Amino acid sequence: MAWALLRPGDVLMLALAVGLALASFVWLWRDGVAEEVVIRANGQVFARLSLRHDRRIEVPGPLGVTEVQIAAGRARILRDPSPRQYCVRQGWLSRPGQTALCLPNRTSIDIPRRNTPYDSLNF
Amino acid sequence: MPTAPPTLTLHARADDVRVARLAALAVALSLIDAGIPTPLPGLKPGLANIVTLLALTRFGWQVAVSVSLLRIFAASLLLGSLFTPGFFLSLTGGLCSLLGLGLAHRLLPGRWFGAVSLSLIAAFCHIAGQLALARLWLIPSDGILYFVPPFALAASLTGLVNGLACAALLRQPPSPQEPDTP
Repeated sequence: MAWALLRPGDVLMLALAVGLALASFVWLWRDGVAEEVVIRANGQVFARLSLRHDRRIEVPGPLGVTEVQIAAGRARILRDPSPRQYCVRQGWLSRPGQTALCLPNRTSIDIPRRNTPYDSLNF
Repeated sequence: MPTAPPTLTLHARADDVRVARLAALAVALSLIDAGIPTPLPGLKPGLANIVTLLALTRFGWQVAVSVSLLRIFAASLLLGSLFTPGFFLSLTGGLCSLLGLGLAHRLLPGRWFGAVSLSLIAAFCHIAGQLALARLWLIPSDGILYFVPPFALAASLTGLVNGLACAALLRQPPSPQEPDTP
């Protein structure tokens, strides 16, 4: 059997590979890297902290203290007085665009994107 | 009165000679590979994969596995990187790409998919394995995802080039077998 250098399937496979590579550029580079976490309390920015320094921050709210933990380039709500614990169960935030809200205690953390497509969402 | 020590004679089968010759070739290409400067650590042309592909298409998956593993161990021994993180990255990448090659060789119809397809699959399995090990062991952070796009693009390019080189080599008839005894 003669070996053609490039067979029809090879062209398909090459297109798939290049497509995958380009898609990964859009998917992983558009939002930038997780570099800092923005902590908000009562609608105000409480702190902007780098994710490179491991630490814990206590954020006061109407129900009590929400504790935010930063470790290994990620951030999470460690402790919160809200009754249903949604923001604690959200777990670690490690990618741009992720967010955890503790509505009852009026606190939130989020990792900002490089280019924010919108300012806010209203419901 | 001293007795003659027992002698043990090992006969090299045709496959053994083949594996040894191919592995030697792959080691040489690995050393050339290591000397080529690249912008990102871990980004390499992977020239030795040409030999692995050649072994796979000419002599089957088992020969390819032997050649590839021998090459990884021997090249890292020569480069002084045996049992360093770089060695384990290379080993994981090599094992993943052998796995991918085994599946692809069995599943893809050879009429439509040639050496370039196999080479691309090997390259992508290689970076997938390497990045997975790096994420789990060396850099346990999702920040490593940032390196995926350039690696994927490089894998497309090197996969294509190595595949074409292998396809060009496959066009030539196999060299006549040398005698089994060295």
